[in-house]
Amino acid sequence: MSRPQPDREVAVAVQKLRLCYAKRGRLRFASHRDFQRALERALRRANVPMAFSAGFNPHPKISYANAAPTGTASEAEYFEIGVVEKVDPDQLREVLDHAMPDGFHIVDVVEASTPDFVARLEASLWRIRLVDVDGEAVRAAVAAFLAEERVEVDRATKDGHRTLETRHVVVSLDAPDGAPDDRGRPCVILTAVVRNETPSVRPDDLLNALRLVGGLALVVPPEVTRLAQGPLDPQAGTVGDPFAPDRAR
Amino acid sequence: MSAPTTDSRPMTPNTGSVFSRLEELLPLVSKPVQYVGGEVNAVVKDWDAMNVRWALMYPDAYEVGAPNQGVAILYEVLNEQADVLCERTYAVWPDLEALMREHGVPQFSIENHRPIGEFDLMGVSFSTELGYTNMLTALDLAGIPLHAVDRTDAHPIVIAGGHAAFNPEPLSMFVDAAVLGDGEEAVLNITAIVRQAKAEGASRDEILLRLARTGSIYVPKFYDVDYLDDGRIRRVAPNREDVPWRVAKHTLMDLDNWPYPKAPPVPVAETVHERMSVEIFRGCTRGCRFCQAGMITRPVRERSIDGIRAIVKGGLEATGYEEVGLLSLSSADHSEIAEIAKSLADEYSESQTSLSLPSTRVDAFNVDLANELTRNGRRSGLTFAPEGGSERMRKVINKMVTEEDLIRTVTTAYANGWRQVKLYFMCGLPTEEDEDVLQIARMAKEVIKAGRIASGKRDIRCTVSIGGFVPKPHTPFQWAGQAPHEVTDARLHLLKEAIRSDRDYAKAIGFRYHDGKPGIVEGLLSRGDRRIGAVIEQAWRDGARFDGWSEHFRYDRWMKAAEAALAGTGVDVDWYTTRERTQAEVLPWDHLDSGLDKEWLWEDWQAALDADSVEDCRWSPCSDCGVCDQMGTFIQMGPTRTEEA
Repeated sequence: MSRPQPDREVAVAVQKLRLCYAKRGRLRFASHRDFQRALERALRRANVPMAFSAGFNPHPKISYANAAPTGTASEAEYFEIGVVEKVDPDQLREVLDHAMPDGFHIVDVVEASTPDFVARLEASLWRIRLVDVDGEAVRAAVAAFLAEERVEVDRATKDGHRTLETRHVVVSLDAPDGAPDDRGRPCVILTAVVRNETPSVRPDDLLNALRLVGGLALVVPPEVTRLAQGPLDPQAGTVGDPFAPDRAR
Repeated sequence: MSAPTTDSRPMTPNTGSVFSRLEELLPLVSKPVQYVGGEVNAVVKDWDAMNVRWALMYPDAYEVGAPNQGVAILYEVLNEQADVLCERTYAVWPDLEALMREHGVPQFSIENHRPIGEFDLMGVSFSTELGYTNMLTALDLAGIPLHAVDRTDAHPIVIAGGHAAFNPEPLSMFVDAAVLGDGEEAVLNITAIVRQAKAEGASRDEILLRLARTGSIYVPKFYDVDYLDDGRIRRVAPNREDVPWRVAKHTLMDLDNWPYPKAPPVPVAETVHERMSVEIFRGCTRGCRFCQAGMITRPVRERSIDGIRAIVKGGLEATGYEEVGLLSLSSADHSEIAEIAKSLADEYSESQTSLSLPSTRVDAFNVDLANELTRNGRRSGLTFAPEGGSERMRKVINKMVTEEDLIRTVTTAYANGWRQVKLYFMCGLPTEEDEDVLQIARMAKEVIKAGRIASGKRDIRCTVSIGGFVPKPHTPFQWAGQAPHEVTDARLHLLKEAIRSDRDYAKAIGFRYHDGKPGIVEGLLSRGDRRIGAVIEQAWRDGARFDGWSEHFRYDRWMKAAEAALAGTGVDVDWYTTRERTQAEVLPWDHLDSGLDKEWLWEDWQAALDADSVEDCRWSPCSDCGVCDQMGTFIQMGPTRTEEA
């Protein structure tokens, strides 16, 4: 015997908001699913008037854009929510940030007033901190990579392996020396602007490419942070603010 | 791009933290988030300002241990003390264990990432004997000597608790002490003794003596065990003055005064239970003879409706969970469960909060409750536990369910829109024959037949889930011979064939079981004595870890370890497992008092063999199990008293 769908009223979203969050420190080891669960619970603790989908198993209306891989930190991850009562973006930022576990931080909120947000996330600015490496060797590897037209790497997937071309999405790649770490080991800060394409080229693919063409060898796992995501300025090679059109209206 | 806001919350743990060294290993292991802590509601205190520091361990992976209710309760009870700090630690998976050994990173707590060896006390909560080896890994990684006799004043005092520590004898060489029963008051008593002793500069030995003298904390080293020539125990006797002959379990009364957990840590990592669990009562007097939990937690002590509602409300606000689990050993048995279910459903059914009541009682009332709790939600599956396949078997185990009860119950379930029914049974019960187990196949077919009529559909399902029976201490079956794994496996094979043979039903019936071998190791550890400690250590040295996980469990490793460690003792694995004990035998746990009268247990064992039943003392006269008299306790049940205006 099947039962009819529940007759609870489904409140319609009256406002959409776009949120930028950071994933810092120890919580960079959280997966995207871990973040999703933490966010849904924080929304409940903060009493955010979420809109829900219909049916026996309603879900809060949240859509996510390109999540950074597990293990990488980020200052620029994005999602959008629908609410059934209007909320003030600044106030939402404050209460939701407070409700999130330490390491997930809501850094910016705007009311969504323009279409095609995800398309605006054209490129990412990555900072990859390499510890216990020789700066000259890293810069030689970078030069070798940039001199190539194509650099294909192998990535292990659930179903086996796939080949990925890494060179064409890299807009810029620098490798200045950084300050030594707390144990006095030398550091190099790789800085890369990479186009967000599908399939996406991740920092570990890039390091793999540097290993292949330039013999880059790492002893200590790198510390990776996405510093920005947004529209790519093709002339300057910089990554802009994806919220700018929403803010302008 | 807007600049990230600066945040004043500290990201760097205290000095003394091993996090920076651990951090470099985490990218190399699976699911690293389980090791980082940082949960909402986790308590981080100033290490140096504390008088007593506890590390609580659940000896399994974080994903299993983090939702554990016992640890969550004690964590809050201890951290509410102003001068006490309590942090948690879990078993690390072998990939991280290897890296920690390679890089010299010790076992750590997940709040401050402090080395476990720096705490005053390490409490280990055992739900299953198959967690014993994980404690050894943690001790070893922490740099704490495995053997209690080798520890000095500089090492934590290691204390076992939980249901699987009700016979701590197999652990006696590894633990300094064990607590039987409810932990809330026990940990506070221990804390008070340690606080005082530390202030006085008392030695480790002195602290242990003070603990032992309370009469409710077992310190194995103050007891000597003598054996008879045939390997049985002759006597267990204290070897110090003022140490009592028997150690009694703790019983917490008035649960409403202990409304914990109020705000349990909310894991960032995915875990096995993602919900706010509320214990609605403790104890069970149904009298199922196989059930150690029901025997060792007597008497029944209910929480009031108001108490339950307050914990649910506060817990949801503090955690943000979208599910509430109303827990106990048999939740439908709460004397006011109908009112509880209605009042919670009234309050939460429109708020995207789901309610669950893990109850396996075989009656229509249980289905009504499940309906009430899923007014607007999905009705996927209901679970019932007849436990025994035949009527005779159910009389032996004192699980008074008739086949008519079961058919009536599942008919109600299918008619109310439930699409799947799960049935729990056991195999290898005392006096069991092949025919008793084959009855399970017949019942499953009857269930499908009745379900198809009630629902008017053919695509309903019934899953039969079977566990191997393991005799446990402090139960009427503590004397029983455990079925050899070959017998269990052969019966399960016959049952599988019987289910498959009927094509009209085979596809509608799912069959889930485990082979009998892990049950033999569990049986060896459950009813073991002090000689089993050497077996555990040998198995651990040979690589035993995470024995509750089939992908890590190796039967042969345990058998080889037992052969080596028991050589020359005259006893072996069969002696501990498949051998039936006599009434006169001194059992390894006789000096550990669960309150149950040994005479009563023996009579109940004899009644089992005669297929005689015992009634539940909540609704029928006292059956003289002895617990209330021995422990000075009594049944606490509703109705909830409303306060007068």
